[in-house]
Amino acid sequence: MLKKRIIPCLDIRDGRTVKGVNFLELRDAGDPVELAKLYAQQGADELVFLDITATIEERKTLLKLVGKIAKEINIPFTVGGGISTVEDAASLISAGADKISINSAAVKNPELISALAARFGNQCVVLAIDTKKVDNEWRVVTHGGRTLTPIFTIPWAKKGEQLGAGEILLTSMHHDGTRGGFALDITNAVAEAVNIPVIASGGAGTMDHFCDLFRETKAAAALAAGIFHFGDIPLRELKNYLKTKNLPIR
Amino acid sequence: MTAILQYNAGNIASVKNALDRLGAESVVTSDPAQVLAADRLIIPGVGEAGSAMNWLRERELDLLIRNYKKPVLGICLGLQLLCQASEEGNTTCIGVFDNTVRLFPSTDIIPHMGWNNLSALKGELFNGIEESDNFYFVHSYYADVTAETAATTDYILPFSAALQVNNFYATQFHPEKSAEAGERILKNFLAL
Repeated sequence: MLKKRIIPCLDIRDGRTVKGVNFLELRDAGDPVELAKLYAQQGADELVFLDITATIEERKTLLKLVGKIAKEINIPFTVGGGISTVEDAASLISAGADKISINSAAVKNPELISALAARFGNQCVVLAIDTKKVDNEWRVVTHGGRTLTPIFTIPWAKKGEQLGAGEILLTSMHHDGTRGGFALDITNAVAEAVNIPVIASGGAGTMDHFCDLFRETKAAAALAAGIFHFGDIPLRELKNYLKTKNLPIR
Repeated sequence: MTAILQYNAGNIASVKNALDRLGAESVVTSDPAQVLAADRLIIPGVGEAGSAMNWLRERELDLLIRNYKKPVLGICLGLQLLCQASEEGNTTCIGVFDNTVRLFPSTDIIPHMGWNNLSALKGELFNGIEESDNFYFVHSYYADVTAETAATTDYILPFSAALQVNNFYATQFHPEKSAEAGERILKNFLAL
């Protein structure tokens, strides 16, 4: 049976993880490769590296880092953040990224999705959608939640699928960082509307939040950052817990 | 020395990286002399069947692979290229395995993406592997189940997660991205 995936997300700036981590097992908690290896050992199903840097110099550092991750990590990983051209994606993929994630650039230029899918295959293209409920309607927001667009979330997800996205990474800005649980309603609405995997992100705070997500929605995967980095929920413990709830977990 | 076939498909460096992690010597090449001189051949790949077969045929690598006498491991697209034909681009493939590769019916999410387990394991490739072990898959086309099936997986329908005939082995999943269980498969292949 296909398993529900648990995906830790690491924020990267200038080749280092940004948010603090407190793992006693790590010699250097800021080294993304060390953290990634630890997560892989603990049973992470995939990893996402989100680059939050801006300068060209820092992008070069990112490419080196991606090459190092590809050499050392034995599970699939996605790289996202600031990818706005096919060339950006090509350099990350040739450095060893399995998938690339695009967000604001796809909203600005939806053809980017089809260009990436044509060049690298649909399975390489993760469409990240940040969403927010405004006047009782779920709308797409960009630039880390700062810009509200007139685009509705469900039609955008469907359009992304038609253009060739292989997966959707859906983040509810209301839930992100709250630790109050995933946005079950919009996650399920998007997962019902498309025929590609949907990764839910934002709001994970307890092990039962993951349980609720997988029981009450068609989400294929759950992504979280803080709860794993700070050791609040050890990854292995979470996966064992979900298994006891009879969920399909690796 | 393991030859990793370089052709117009992605994901080739991941296989090289995986063999490096195991400390196994390998070379990424499309040079027929180097491929023939190696002890075994891996055909990796994420890509499209039609353009991949055109690329191989133009260089007569399809014939070289078909006549290869040492162990061959096809991974993902590599498995599909070793079958008779693929619905993807109505492609005639290399024809080692007696399968046709078809598109999954759209009754569930496509691609089949993520970790899944295997059943009905056959052959040395699966030494030390349990049916509860999981492997990473990402594919929209599948090879059907035949007498050459060495492992099956259920997604939408039962399909060949692995095939084997004579010196030809193939996995639909990616051992190079399947953590410890995948490393075990690669080690088993290297030991053939």
